[in-house]
Amino acid sequence: MAYEEARPLTISRLGKQYHIDGGKVQALTEVNLEVGSGEFISIVGASGCGKSTLLRLIGGLEQISQGEIVLGDEPIRGPKVDRGMVFQEARLLPWLTVQQNITFGCRSGLPKAERERLVTEHIALVGLNGFEKAFPHQLSGGMQQRASIARALVNRPKVLLLDEPFGALDAFTRIQMQQEILRIWELEKTTMILVTHDIDEAIFLGDRVVVMSSRPGTIKKIVPVALPRPRDRSSYDFVQIRKDIYSEFFGEQQKPFAYAI
Amino acid sequence: MDAAELEIIDADRPAPVSLNFKRGGAWCRYYLLPLVVPALILLAWELLSRRGFIRPTILPAPSAIWLTFKDMAISGELFGHLKTSLVRVFQGFFLGAGLGIAAGILIGLSPTVERALVLVTGLLRPIPIIAWVPVLILWMGIDESSKVTVIAIGSFWPVLLSVIHGIRNTDRKYLEVARVLEKSRLVLLTKVVLPSALPSIFTGLRIGIGIAWMSVIGAELIAASSGIGYMIMYARELSQPDVMLVGVVSIGITGLVIDFALRKVESRLLKWNVNICG
Repeated sequence: MAYEEARPLTISRLGKQYHIDGGKVQALTEVNLEVGSGEFISIVGASGCGKSTLLRLIGGLEQISQGEIVLGDEPIRGPKVDRGMVFQEARLLPWLTVQQNITFGCRSGLPKAERERLVTEHIALVGLNGFEKAFPHQLSGGMQQRASIARALVNRPKVLLLDEPFGALDAFTRIQMQQEILRIWELEKTTMILVTHDIDEAIFLGDRVVVMSSRPGTIKKIVPVALPRPRDRSSYDFVQIRKDIYSEFFGEQQKPFAYAI
Repeated sequence: MDAAELEIIDADRPAPVSLNFKRGGAWCRYYLLPLVVPALILLAWELLSRRGFIRPTILPAPSAIWLTFKDMAISGELFGHLKTSLVRVFQGFFLGAGLGIAAGILIGLSPTVERALVLVTGLLRPIPIIAWVPVLILWMGIDESSKVTVIAIGSFWPVLLSVIHGIRNTDRKYLEVARVLEKSRLVLLTKVVLPSALPSIFTGLRIGIGIAWMSVIGAELIAASSGIGYMIMYARELSQPDVMLVGVVSIGITGLVIDFALRKVESRLLKWNVNICG
């Protein structure tokens, strides 16, 4: 089945502040970003830079303070099934089986046969055949995250938002899941926005890597990754890009250390 | 669901904190050990009675109580009273627990309702159930309806509190998932909030039925013309300590069976809950 035509996502002059104990905390300021349809965007930043807030604003889980986010030609006002979301914890409902959880992901109003077909299709997509009747606590962390990805994709969203989805997995499973998400992306051509603190992961997956700074939380730099996939993490170009991004974070701190020697 | 289906990938699952039943020693410890202490107590009691250290008019020997129990079981007297009490308990419990669940959902979901009722519930809840018995007898007489109402009041409170507690403790992360998926309030309630509150609700139901069982005996002791409580009071007037003790012990056994049954239902319904064993 064809997707609804994917349209670009435009973020313009976005700002977000929180009120804490009477004071204001500016989490994001002046964020401008255009995401093409079918593009894979990675967002990296230190903790507290507002990268998760940005993702939650796109998801509609938080109220926008300034600026706007437009998906296609519709400004985002709240959560909607055209934006799927995968969280760091799989957040599967523990009382439902894998199959029931993915069915729970379906938008309401779908005919039963259509729903069943979509669910079966997406269980196969994430490679969970044979585990339909398992409860979440019977699955490993990686498998739970697969189920969670299937639940988010079952509505065929225009954009899939991934909030540090592999952050809680062990190193081996993480690399395996990165390849999985790449495979799914190439198959489904969904626009993906991935928030991570793992620079390697960001370069391995993204068409572009958005580097964010903290205080104020805003976009510091956008690094295009013009490398063919599958990418080799130890290739010269990959390492150069990694150095580039590292210096964005640690460049200033290394110099005085060097002088001290 | 059958076991084969559940054991798809048990390798990933943490080992349950229960005993390993395959080993004979552990099996004995699990099933036989609980019987040892009661057996010793009965033995000592029987020996002391036979040696004349315990006066049978105050505390008859276990063997004498057993004989009375057999007689009363055969004549149907015991089960007649037991049935009367049980019927009252179930009627009252279903009424009380049903109202408790309904009110709990309303209060749990709506801060307005909670605020509106905060004084009423705060004032009514600490009243011991027994204090209602004379009032209810005045209103309803000494037959069934006053007993059922007492039981309903008794089981209402723990169920109410556990439902509110369960609903309040729904993980915000799951609520967020439902928001992202644009679920309606009804779906949110039936698929997310209530299932997540279910373990807590079950704890409330178990406490509730325990209190219901105690309330019926209390109500029957004060004023009744049938039921286990009445049987005990009547036996006291006739100085039949063996009959009284048959009544008292039957209350304990019945309570145990009810709790056991409810626990079975719970582990069946909540098989997703990793914190429940067996």
